[in-house]
Amino acid sequence: MPRRNDLKRIMILGSGPIVIGQAAEFDYSGAQACKILREEGYEVVLVNSNPATIMTDPEFADATYVEPLIPSVVAQIIDKERPDALLPTLGGQTALNLAKALQEDGTLAQYGVELIGADYDAIHRAEDREAFAETMAAAGLKMPASGIAESPVRSDGSRDHDAGFAQALEVLKTTGLPAIIRPAFTLGGRGGGIAYTDADFERIVRQGLDASPIGQILIDQSVIGWGEFELEVMRDHGDNVVIVCSIENIDPMGVHTGDSVTVAPQQTLTDRLYQKLRDQAIAVIRAVGVETGGSNVQFAVNPATEEILVIEMNPRVSRSSALASKATGFPIAKIAARLAVGYLLEEIDNDITGATPAAFEPTIDYVVVKWPRFAFEKFQGADPTLTTHMKSVGEAMALGRSFKQAFAKAMRSRELDTTPDTDQPVEQLIERLRTPTADRYEVLFAAAVKGATIEQLHTATNIDPWYLRELVALALDPELGSAGTRTYRSVDTCAAEFPARTPYFYSGWEHGSPRHEVERGTNPSVMILGSGPNRIGQGIEFDYCCVHAAWTVKDSGRDAVMVNCNPETVSTDYDTSTRLYFEPLTLEDVLAVVEIEQPEGVIVQFGGQTPLKLAAGLQAAGVPVLGTSVDAIDLAEDRGRFGDLLDRLGLMAPPYATAESGQDALGVADTVGFPLLARPSYVLGGRAMEIVYSAEGLADYLERTGGLGPRQIFLDRFLEQAIEVDVDALCDGDEVWIGGIMQHVEQAGIHSGDSACVLPPHTLSPELVAEISRQAELMAKELGVVGLVNFQFAVHGTDVYVIEANPRASRTVPFVSKAIGQPLASLAVRLMLGEKIASLGLPEDPTGHGYVAVKEAVLPFDRFHGADAVLGPEMRSTGEVMGVAKDVSTAFAKAQAGAGAALPSEGTAFLTVTDADKPAAVRIGQRLQGLGFDLVATSGTATALRDAGLTVKTELKKVGEGSPNVVDLIESGDVDLVVNTPTGSGAHTDGWQIRRAAITNRVPCITTTPGAEAAAEAIERSREGAAPVISLQELHEAASAAR
Amino acid sequence: MTPDAYLLLEDGTRFDGRAVGAAGHVTGEVVFTTGMAGYQESVTDPSFAGQLLTFTYPHIGNYGVSQEAMESDRIWTRGVIMRAATNGEDAPTAEGGWLDWLRDCGTVAIDEIDTRALVQHLRDKGSMRGGIFPASIRESEARALVDAEPTMAGQDLVQEVSPTEMTEHGSGNGPLIAALDTGIKGSIVRNFVERGARLRLYPARTDAQVLLDSGADAIFLANGPGDPAALDDIVETLKTVIGKKPTFGICLGHQLMSRALGLETFKLPFGHRGGNHPVKDLATGRVEITSQNHGFAVVGPGGIKYLETNEPVRWETDLGTAQLSHLNLYDRTVEGLTLLDAPGGTVQYHPEAGPGPNDALYLFDRFLEQINAAS
Repeated sequence: MPRRNDLKRIMILGSGPIVIGQAAEFDYSGAQACKILREEGYEVVLVNSNPATIMTDPEFADATYVEPLIPSVVAQIIDKERPDALLPTLGGQTALNLAKALQEDGTLAQYGVELIGADYDAIHRAEDREAFAETMAAAGLKMPASGIAESPVRSDGSRDHDAGFAQALEVLKTTGLPAIIRPAFTLGGRGGGIAYTDADFERIVRQGLDASPIGQILIDQSVIGWGEFELEVMRDHGDNVVIVCSIENIDPMGVHTGDSVTVAPQQTLTDRLYQKLRDQAIAVIRAVGVETGGSNVQFAVNPATEEILVIEMNPRVSRSSALASKATGFPIAKIAARLAVGYLLEEIDNDITGATPAAFEPTIDYVVVKWPRFAFEKFQGADPTLTTHMKSVGEAMALGRSFKQAFAKAMRSRELDTTPDTDQPVEQLIERLRTPTADRYEVLFAAAVKGATIEQLHTATNIDPWYLRELVALALDPELGSAGTRTYRSVDTCAAEFPARTPYFYSGWEHGSPRHEVERGTNPSVMILGSGPNRIGQGIEFDYCCVHAAWTVKDSGRDAVMVNCNPETVSTDYDTSTRLYFEPLTLEDVLAVVEIEQPEGVIVQFGGQTPLKLAAGLQAAGVPVLGTSVDAIDLAEDRGRFGDLLDRLGLMAPPYATAESGQDALGVADTVGFPLLARPSYVLGGRAMEIVYSAEGLADYLERTGGLGPRQIFLDRFLEQAIEVDVDALCDGDEVWIGGIMQHVEQAGIHSGDSACVLPPHTLSPELVAEISRQAELMAKELGVVGLVNFQFAVHGTDVYVIEANPRASRTVPFVSKAIGQPLASLAVRLMLGEKIASLGLPEDPTGHGYVAVKEAVLPFDRFHGADAVLGPEMRSTGEVMGVAKDVSTAFAKAQAGAGAALPSEGTAFLTVTDADKPAAVRIGQRLQGLGFDLVATSGTATALRDAGLTVKTELKKVGEGSPNVVDLIESGDVDLVVNTPTGSGAHTDGWQIRRAAITNRVPCITTTPGAEAAAEAIERSREGAAPVISLQELHEAASAAR
Repeated sequence: MTPDAYLLLEDGTRFDGRAVGAAGHVTGEVVFTTGMAGYQESVTDPSFAGQLLTFTYPHIGNYGVSQEAMESDRIWTRGVIMRAATNGEDAPTAEGGWLDWLRDCGTVAIDEIDTRALVQHLRDKGSMRGGIFPASIRESEARALVDAEPTMAGQDLVQEVSPTEMTEHGSGNGPLIAALDTGIKGSIVRNFVERGARLRLYPARTDAQVLLDSGADAIFLANGPGDPAALDDIVETLKTVIGKKPTFGICLGHQLMSRALGLETFKLPFGHRGGNHPVKDLATGRVEITSQNHGFAVVGPGGIKYLETNEPVRWETDLGTAQLSHLNLYDRTVEGLTLLDAPGGTVQYHPEAGPGPNDALYLFDRFLEQINAAS
C-alpha cells in the first residue's frame, strides 16, 4: 500500500538537549525522518529545543520550533500549526513521553491529531512495567520472575517476619537463586542485596523486611552474568517483520547496554538459539502492537541452560537502532518514517544496493564493535562502577574483517585522555575485574599479559569464553589487530551478494594483495575529519559543523569525504557525504584514507580538538590543510606567541604565565597574581581547569592533576565578577564578519560551555560591543584566519580583556546560526574553498531582527551520585537548549524550561549565598518576595535579607546542625527554587548536599547570582501569560525583513 | 600467517590461506552462503554434496559443534572455505570443537582466505569449480585436478546422498507421507514428525508404483544436491504420481516436480544460499525471510526467469494448471507453485530452517491441512 494521502502535515518531536542516555542518535533519526517526509511531499512541523542539531536546521522542516519540549508548549504549537498527525517514535524517550502526555491531557483529541508509528496503547504496553509483563505473559514469553513478600502485622503492632520469610520462600520457588532483594520504600534500596545461597537469602530477606517501613520486599530473579542480546526489529502495517541486526553485549547482564562494549552481529549463539530469539523478538513487537517502525528488544540468555528471558522493549528508534543502522547500512529511522506514512517494507528500496527491497534482513561479512566513552574524570567523587544505570557520554564504533581488528580499532577510536593504571600483580587485576568499571578491558589485557587464564578471567567477568580467547590473543599480540594489508571494503547490507552503490567504507586487513573497493573517480575531493565519540566539551555541535562542511563541499562540485567513528551522528549517515569512511581519527588511520582519496585538502577546524590535534601531523605528511593555517592554529594556542600578537595589536589580556613543569608553576604564580586560572595546555571543555585562590590551592591542584614534573601548564589571572563574552566570526584572511556576540549570564570563571548566554548582549553598552567587535576583527586578521574563529573576552568595568582565540568552529556555531539565520559553518567552508566575504551577501547586523536568543546548558549531575553539582571552569554540561523571544527574560524562561528546570511561578524560594554575594541576594530576594514567593534562608543569608527589610519565613539550620535542615525541606517538597552560591567544592559540604538534594528532587537550583537575577526576571515576565511560540522560519524571515 | 594451503579456481584465480581441516586436497563447485551462523547445519545438509562451501561471515566455529545441529548423519560439503575459523569448545552447549570435528570427519578446510574478494569474484563470474590444496601440491598439478572435476550442470549427485533402504520416522496415527529421499534434511523430517505425521523415506529411485501402493496419504519430494536436469528418471516417476496423491516438494523436490509438469529449470549465476532472502507469499501478501540453498531455479510462465509481476501467474502444464505461489523479492525468481487441478505444491526455499529463520514453518501446517482435506 503506498503513501497515505489523507495526511498533509506531520509533526515530529525531537529529543531535546543531549543528556546521558539520549544523545546525537536522535538527531540522526529525526533528521532522516524530516528529510523523508518532506521528500514524500508532507509538510513537516518539528519541535526540538536543541539548537545544536542538524534536524533543527530550517531546511529540514516547514516550521521548526526550537521551543521547550513540554506538553503546554507543544499544545500551543499544535494549536498554531494544526498538524494532522504526530510521529513520536524518532525522538527518544522524551518524544514518547510527550506524546503520551498530549494524549492523556486530551490535546491530540481536541485538535484531531493522529499518533502514527506507535499508538497510545502500544506505547503504554511497552513502557508500563505491569502492562508489559502482562503483554509478555499473554504472548507466552518469559520475563525474569519476581514476587512480593510482606510481614503481616501482629496484634501488638509488631511485624511477623517469620511469616514474611515464609512468603519469600514461596517467591523463591519462581525466581530461584541468585535473587535480588529490594526492601520497599527505603532510600537507594538500603537493606537489600543479592542472595547467592539459601543462607544469604534468609539473612537478606529478614534484614530487608526489617528495613522496610511497610515490612515489604520485592524479590527478582537475578540475571546478572547472563548473556545480553538486543535485536532491532522493524514492522510494517502489513505485519511484515524483519530483524535488522543482532547485537551482543560482551559485558554480560548487569552493565547497562549503553555502557557495555557491544558486538554486531551476535557471535556466540547457535543458529537454533538465535532463531528462537528472532522468533521471540517478532512475537514481542506483535504483542506490544507497534504498528510500524523500529523497535529494540532486549533479552537475557542463560548461557548454560539456554533459557531466554525478555528484559525490555523500546517501541521506537533508539541508540541501538542508530548503531544497527550504521553497522549494517540499513537506515532504520528513514525506513520507519516511510512505514509510518503507509508504505510496506517491500515497497521501499534498499539504498545501498539500489536493486533490492527493504524487506530483507541485512547480512554482514565483517564485525562491528561499539565502545562507550566515559567522562568520570570530569566528576570528582562520582562512582565509576558500571551498573544498570547508564554513565557513558558517547560512543565509538569500528568495523573490521575480524573481531580483533574491530575491537582494536574501536579501542583506539575512544581517544582516551589518560591510560588506566594497571601496574599491579595479576591476582589484584583479576580481583579488579570482578566489579565492572570503565577501564575493565585495559585491566583484562594487563591481566592476560601477566598470565591470567581464560578460566580465571571468565570466573571474574562472566564474559563468554569466545570473546576472552579473542581478547587474550589480542592482548598477547596486539599486531593481530592489523595483521596483513589494509584494504577498504563496502558496507553493503548483503555480504557482497549484490554490488553496493552507496559508498560507505571501512578498512580491514587481509592477507595477500587485496583489492580496494573504493571507486574514487576523478572528481576532486575534500576530506572532513569528524569529532569522534561524543564527550563532554566535544559533542553534537561539532558534528553539526562537519555535516555542513560536507554539504557545502558537495555544493561546490567536489566530492565530500567524511572520516568519523561516532555511530550516533548525522555525519556518519551515508547520505551526508559523497563517500563515508567509518574509521578511527588517529593520524595513521586518517593518512591511510588520504592515500586512497588524494584529497585537494582536509578540513580540520570543524571537529573540535580531535582533528585539530592531527593538523600538524597531516601537514608534515604533505597533506594540504584547508582554511586557517596550521601555524595560525599554533599561534592562537601558544600563549607566548599569542601574547606577542596582543601586544602588537595593543590589546589587553589578563596577566598570565606558561609554566613548563608543576614546580615551575609554583614559582611563576606570583607574577600572575591570585586568584588565577590553572589548566594544562591544549584542552577543550576545560579539562582539569580550576580557579585557585592561593599558593596552597595551586599546590593542591598540581598534586591532583599530575604533580610537579615537566608538563605545560597555563596560569591566567582570573578576573572576578567580570562579564564573559563569546564572539563567533568569519574571516577570509582580509575581511571579517561578526556572526554573533554572546553575553554570558554566569560571571567569568564558569566554563563558557556551562554558562547560559544571550545573543545579542543584553547589558553591554553599544560602545563596548563596538570595541569587542573591533578587537575581534583585529585579531582575526592578524591571525590570518580563513574560515571560522571564536573569541572569548572578559569585560571588567569598561575594560575589555582577551581571554582566548580559537581559530576553529566553536560550540556556539549552531546556536548563533539559528539565532541569526545564517549558516556560519557553511559560509566558513565557502571561504576555505576560496570565496571572499564580500561575495557571500551577508547582512551588516545579523541580530537586528528584534529577537533575543538564550542558550542554556544542561548538566548531567543526576547521573553521577557523589559528584558536586556546581559550575566551575571545567565544563560538565552534556547538552544545550535555546529559547527565543522578543525580550531576554522570556527567552531565558524558555531556555530554563527547555533545559528541564522550568522556573516556578510561585511558592518558596530558598537562598543561601556567600558573603560576597549577599548584596546580590538582597536584590534577588526583593524581586522574589515582590512576586509573592516565601523566602527561606540559612542564618547568614537570612540576616542579610532581614537587614534589608525582607521577611524570611523560616531560618533553616545547616545540614550538620540538626532538623529541620535545608535538605529535609527540599526532600519534603516544600522548596520550589534554590539559589545557592558555592563557598567551596568537595563532597559533603553543606552546599554539596543542598545541590544534590535539589537535583534528586528536581527543584531548579541556581548556583550563580546573575543566573538567579535572570531567573527572577523571567518569573516576573512569565506572569504575563504564556510566551508566544515562534518558528525559526518566522525568526529568519524577521531577520531578512529587518535588512 | 605463513600460508600452507590455497584455493584455486578453474579460471586460475588463487587465494592463499591456512589448512585447518583434514589433510589432503579436494575439488568441487565453489559456492558461498551468506548465513551468519548455522555452519554445522550447512555442512551436514546433503544439498551441499559436491561443493566447496564458502562462509561469507568471517568467524566460523564460535560455538563448537553438537549433535542437535546435525542435518544428516555426516558432513556432505567436500570442503570448507573461511576467513577466521576457531576450534573453541568452551561454549556451554558445545560437544566438540569445529575444526577437530572437520578433521575427524576427513573434511578439507582452509581459512585466512579473503572470502569477500572470493565472493565478489563468484558473484561477478558465477559459481565455478575449484579446489583446496596443500601448498606442497604444485599449481599446475592442482589446475589439472580442478579441470578434471565435472561441472555442476548435468551432475547427478542424488545417487551419492540417497539411502539404499527405506526408513520410517514418527509414530501414531497422523497422515503417512512417502518421501523420495534425494538428500532430505533432518529438519524437514523433524517438522513433519513434530506435527504428528509419519514419514517414510524411500531411496530416490523408487518405482512410482511402490509409492502409490505404499498406503501413503501424500508424496513428499525432498531437497537434494546437483542438477535437476540430470534426474529425468525421477521426473518420470513423478509424472505418474502427481495427481494421484497430494504431492509436495521442497528445493530439489520443487525443481523435480516442476520438470515433471513440463517446466524448465536453469542454473542461477551464483545460486541462493543464506538466511535472509525475502520471499512473498502471494496467497497472503506477506513477506517472509527465508532459508535458501539452491543453485538452480524454475523458469516462470512464458519462459521468463526473472518475473516482473507480483501476480500469481499461471503455467498451463501437461498435468493441469500450476500457479505461482511464492516469489523471491531479491531476484524475482520463482520460489513456489501450487497445483490447481490436483492437491499439491512446492517451494524452492527451506521452510524447515536449519539453519535460518523460522518464518515459513507454517508451510508444514499448510501441507498437512491439504493432506487431511484430500483424504
